[in-house]
Amino acid sequence: MPLRGKTSEVSTKERPLRVIIAKPGLDGHDRGAKVVARALRDAGMEVIYLGLRQTPETIVEAAIEEDADVIGLSLLSGAHMSLIPRVMKLLKDKKVRGVSVVAGGIIPDEDATRLRKIGVKGIFGPGSTLETIIQQVQNAGGRHAS
Amino acid sequence: MPPDPLVKGLLSGDRIALAKLITDVESGSPRASEALRTVYARTGRSTVVGFAGPLGVGKSSLISRLVRYLRTEGLKVGVVAVDPSSPFSGGAVLGDRVRLDLPRGDKGVFVRSMATRGQAGGLAQGTRDTVRLMEAFGMDVVIVETVGSGQSDVNIRDVATTRVVVLVPHLGDDIQSLKAGLFEIADIFAVNKSDLPGSAEAVRHLREMTTIMSPRSDWRPDVTECSALNATGIEELWKKIQRHEDFVRKESSAHQESRDRLKKELRELLQRKLEERLRSMLLEDGEVEEWARQVEEGKIDPYTGSDRIVQRLSGQGRSKTVSRRSPRLDKGARPRG
Repeated sequence: MPLRGKTSEVSTKERPLRVIIAKPGLDGHDRGAKVVARALRDAGMEVIYLGLRQTPETIVEAAIEEDADVIGLSLLSGAHMSLIPRVMKLLKDKKVRGVSVVAGGIIPDEDATRLRKIGVKGIFGPGSTLETIIQQVQNAGGRHAS
Repeated sequence: MPPDPLVKGLLSGDRIALAKLITDVESGSPRASEALRTVYARTGRSTVVGFAGPLGVGKSSLISRLVRYLRTEGLKVGVVAVDPSSPFSGGAVLGDRVRLDLPRGDKGVFVRSMATRGQAGGLAQGTRDTVRLMEAFGMDVVIVETVGSGQSDVNIRDVATTRVVVLVPHLGDDIQSLKAGLFEIADIFAVNKSDLPGSAEAVRHLREMTTIMSPRSDWRPDVTECSALNATGIEELWKKIQRHEDFVRKESSAHQESRDRLKKELRELLQRKLEERLRSMLLEDGEVEEWARQVEEGKIDPYTGSDRIVQRLSGQGRSKTVSRRSPRLDKGARPRG
């Protein structure tokens, strides 16, 4: 079909997923978050990068303003069991719908189970491949990987 | 038609409603046109300031300082920050928020990042309409940050009433400033990083240039020094922006510019709508498809192919007015006037 798929079709096709990438709390290691941000970009997503030392409040506020589909949190500090549930609670309190949360970093299995119970859609520990992360972020955002 | 609940939300200060409507505007949905029609009368009163300039000159940091200053003045501020989409994947990393160090939980500020999604010229297609939504939301000032890049990203002219071009010391000699493009759109030059050596010289060069350039209007571009790092020169920058806004309100040359802006917007909207209409017509037409296939397979050249398609469409009753004025199919219909 020759005349389909012209440049301006961008306006009619499905919009890119919008993903917030942030590091909540006191944790200075952002290499992983940057690698993931870049991989999601290359997978066609719009990544709003918030960077280091964010509070759950600023992250949720950014997710509202940016109308994000997914929030990706990176934590290597061990504070995941206090910070991630706070993000989840704020999303609920502020009646933000349609935003999924995924997390990456050093998160022990038993914590991961508890986080999944409160609604975290994907958890990526060391050794997760970028393909897995991309796919699960797409799933979390309601898109099925093609 | 009952009013859109999102529009109602927008007008009553619901941030989620504003965010969702911006998404609609960005993806060009019919709902967005309807919403914009409803709120249009409430727009056009805010101060809309555009920030342009090469990448790394500190546009985001400067905006961050300016927003903080404006908040102390009690003004509500919207920020639209545009970053480029990848031409390869269509994805983007929108990093302007990293630099925006704003008061936590402040409801008087709303920041939205936008990817260009293939649009050239330093802005995204939905930027202008996003500014309008922010105005309708009740923002006194809306700041638009363009993609940090080239010399020709001048579309900010179509959106902002005051354009600040941000530069830094040692960007190049005074010949650079004679070139066309970015330098021509500036109402104000802000030399940022004035804490670095060479700042005074950069200011002098720019002042010299503004005295020899032939102005677009009676406004002579202003030059100001500032440092986002040390938070100096921010109040002066705002005063200069206000001075220009006063000028725009009073001067007839500025009124002409605003008319030109609306004329251009109408032309762009028509172009987009006609192109969409044309495309749906093309998809339904077997003969058009056949010509296109022949071009693709190399049986006829694209010039002949496009001529044939235009002829074919001219023959269709409902497309008459569209295609008669359409010189080339690939550009869609381009009404001239």
